[in-house]
Amino acid sequence: MTELLVRGARVSASCGGREPDPSLPLLVFVHGAALDRTCWQLQSRYFAFRGFSVVAVDLPGHGRSEGPLCASVEEYADWLAELVEAAGYHQAHLVGHSMGALITLEAAARHPGRISSLTLCGGAAAIPVHPGLLSAAQNGDDIAYRLMASWGHSRRSHLGGHPTPGLWMMGGSIRLWERTPPGVLASDLAACDRYRRGREAARQVGCPTLLISGSQDIMTPNRSANPLRNGIKTLAEVTIEDAGHIMIVEQPDRVIDALDGFLTGL
Amino acid sequence: MVDPKLLNFDTLSVHAGQHPDTDHGARAVPIYQTTSYVFRDVDHAAGLFNLERQGHIYSRISNPTVAALEERLAALEGGVGAIATSSGMSALFLAIATLMSAGDHIVSSSALYGGANNLLATTLPRFGITTTFVNPRDTDGFRAAIRPETRLVYGETLGNPGLEIMDVEAVSAVAHESGVPLMLDNTFATPVLFRPFEWGVDLSYHSITKFIGGHGVAIGGALVDSGRFDWTASGKFPTLTEPYPSYHGLRFAEEFGTQAFLIRARVEGLRDFGAPLAPQNAFYILQGTETLGIRMQRHVANTRAIVEYLSGREEVSWISYPELPDHPDHDRAARLMPDGCGAIFAFGIKGGRQAGRKFIKKLKIFSHLANVGDAKSLVIHPASTTHATMSSEQLEKAGIGEDLIRLSIGLEDPDDLIDDLSSALRASRK
Ligand SMILES: Cc1ncc(COP(=O)(O)O)c(C=O)c1O
Repeated sequence: MTELLVRGARVSASCGGREPDPSLPLLVFVHGAALDRTCWQLQSRYFAFRGFSVVAVDLPGHGRSEGPLCASVEEYADWLAELVEAAGYHQAHLVGHSMGALITLEAAARHPGRISSLTLCGGAAAIPVHPGLLSAAQNGDDIAYRLMASWGHSRRSHLGGHPTPGLWMMGGSIRLWERTPPGVLASDLAACDRYRRGREAARQVGCPTLLISGSQDIMTPNRSANPLRNGIKTLAEVTIEDAGHIMIVEQPDRVIDALDGFLTGL
Repeated sequence: MVDPKLLNFDTLSVHAGQHPDTDHGARAVPIYQTTSYVFRDVDHAAGLFNLERQGHIYSRISNPTVAALEERLAALEGGVGAIATSSGMSALFLAIATLMSAGDHIVSSSALYGGANNLLATTLPRFGITTTFVNPRDTDGFRAAIRPETRLVYGETLGNPGLEIMDVEAVSAVAHESGVPLMLDNTFATPVLFRPFEWGVDLSYHSITKFIGGHGVAIGGALVDSGRFDWTASGKFPTLTEPYPSYHGLRFAEEFGTQAFLIRARVEGLRDFGAPLAPQNAFYILQGTETLGIRMQRHVANTRAIVEYLSGREEVSWISYPELPDHPDHDRAARLMPDGCGAIFAFGIKGGRQAGRKFIKKLKIFSHLANVGDAKSLVIHPASTTHATMSSEQLEKAGIGEDLIRLSIGLEDPDDLIDDLSSALRASRK
């Protein structure tokens, strides 16, 4: 675990089990709404042992990072650029999931000099949030976690079949959301819901970009990425069959394969 | 209000953890009777060994049939995952060995299954792990017994032999105040009757030999983690928070978060101590999980009928079942286990050791043996069998009177069971 300091607040991050080496390129993983670095547990280990310095961050106010939360995707994107600097790098490869995909998209648009490549998992130009989910999160009703679990996983994942023997995916996802401090889910979902710059940001992205989608994603369905397809100059796509919005946990091996192919080809 | 469409208990008990097999479409969970698994390539092998890729390597550590059962049990208990073991006892040992080292200490309920009591009271002290036993009804007693080196508070959902029920939420709060988890043996209740993680329990384990299998054909155990306990915040669990030399200095809690305990228990505990569940036994127990919900309802219905019947018999001096108004934990049972307190209970027979012997001899449907939680009704009279070498005073100290008969009520027709008990009670007087 490394601890970095951004804007005077402690940021915790996992390095995938290997100390970062400044001579290796930096690969930053950014989690989604009310999640934390542990949803990248396999991807971060894989790339840390294959030629990258890995930083899977806990966003401010998430996991073990100190607050305060950022109020918007744009604010998180600026924070992320500062994090790259705090890690001692001028440039980084970014990988984001869901809200993290919006953040990394926006970061690549705002800070083109800092971003070498972009991978969007469950990426879209906008992630409007169902009003029932928003209000459940705002009321601190734990039905919000069950709604996220219900919509976030493919029908197949609802029955299990976790790639790590013995783990129960639905229970694991709900527990991860439950662990976040009160207010975090509501703040993150509101930030996703308010984000309007996706179309514009896509046109500003200059670096090579990979879009990884789950074939059964109903939270960022296929069409929600059309503005990315139209806007981003160099976009590659991989669709993972039988996966939903949380494909990074549902099918981590496929995500590793896609990301490995993309990064190797750069 | 929007409605989360998550699958319910009886659906999960039939399906969780399994998809029809992709090669042949097998609907039942196939028995993967194999010790080992071919790697895709050299890099894939390296990834598996370094916990970057997921999958099976060797069946001491994981196996697809066993994994289906593990996921199903985790789903039913409401946890983040489970590890199935070769017996209930090995699940208990795996939990302890994953959490602690020589010098550490357990605070346990004194109302335990005999095997668990042996492990804690007699065997583990040889390895430097000691236990203080506390009356499960005495919440303050748990608090008073916790020491700086305590690493676990432990008990059974329904204690042995009196079906003692602790104040689970209060004991959980006591454990958490001291930065240690609460683990319960949930064998007697099963997740049908008690969902430990909804009441503040952190870890649970089962002898799946019993109701979860339900048929009495296979021994097995399962350890389930709620994923709620914060090992890092507690600071008392170096096995989960400090670098582990065996995986390049891996810190489990840092990288695996809510799954840290289960991953360490598997990659160290199953790897080094062994005792995995065999795939064949996992298959047998999977058959049991499919009917767990309806079976437990029938077990409870039969038990209630028999408890009522015995309450009216003059040969019976007392009955200990928490649904009876005179049971000390009656109110707690109504709150924690409204659907029933299982199918195992004890009663006193007038006439002591001799009457007990005659009673058992006359029973035709109840089998006289040392097990519980089977489709078949079972009976044991400890004073003339498992504890026959003990004097009356020793028995009394162990909380087992000479008159104590323990029944495990099966799935037979309750009228036949009552007829069987009736003739045996008559015989006990002769
Ligand atoms: C309550 C309880 N826990 C644990 C065990 C031990 O399980 P196993 O025999 O599967 O090792 C038993 C066995 O009788 C039991 O009754």
